[in-house]
Amino acid sequence: MNEQHAWLTEHGDYLYRFALARLRDPHQAEDVVQETLLAAMQNQSFEGKSAPRTWLTGILKHKIIDLMRKQVREQAMEDIGEDLPDEPGMDEFFVGDKRHWDEAPQRWDVPENDLEQKQFFMTLQDCMDRLPKKLASLFMLREVQEEDNEEICKALGITATNAWVMLYRARMSLRKCMELNWLS
Amino acid sequence: MLSCKEASRLISQSLDRQLTVRERLSLRFHLLLCDMCVTFRRQLGLIRVAVRRYKTQIENNENIVLSEPVKVRIDAAMLEHAKASDGD
Repeated sequence: MNEQHAWLTEHGDYLYRFALARLRDPHQAEDVVQETLLAAMQNQSFEGKSAPRTWLTGILKHKIIDLMRKQVREQAMEDIGEDLPDEPGMDEFFVGDKRHWDEAPQRWDVPENDLEQKQFFMTLQDCMDRLPKKLASLFMLREVQEEDNEEICKALGITATNAWVMLYRARMSLRKCMELNWLS
Repeated sequence: MLSCKEASRLISQSLDRQLTVRERLSLRFHLLLCDMCVTFRRQLGLIRVAVRRYKTQIENNENIVLSEPVKVRIDAAMLEHAKASDGD
């Protein structure tokens, strides 16, 4: 138990930050850290192959994927009938026969200055929070956790085409949101 | 020639999968002629960079820690779990 106690004291805060960076909700992050440590206690046979932090982080990653799977499933139940389309829509961003952008995408940069960067990240977070939940979960797994598409599709039970369409939508919404809220 | 809508889809997908040779060529051709899609591609690249930088900042911010009550709670849950397993 001493060794297990050390997982919490030595790695607990790191695991919490790791979870918070992905889930953004402190309570969810706390809960998933607890689940991770309890799961680790049952899986000690795998221990020893890698440093405890690496091993614990690996378990945490899977717990986060599980959580996203649940969220996407619950979301899917709520909007019954709204299947995942293969056609991305997004026509509102284009004019006429969709050959051209309705409004030209604007040039912007990630600021280097600390204060500005902080504001920039707050705007980005705000824009991510405005994404529909399903898109937000997928975007997080792909862009924050950097899972590959195959892993994501397996976990969420969607096709590769669905995933590409949803990521396209998420990115289209985010870039527009950043233009409206960061540039102006 | 690709429409901007088709080009924007391919630009997004290029972040998730390897485009086919044909797709790559038609996209490259479109980008030679279309500044707007070039800017769009740049925006998606920046979003990717920004999201990762933001994540790293949170992961490395040592001021963000589990609160004491939560640590106590997790510790208790672990003890409970250990006892339960011993009883097996």
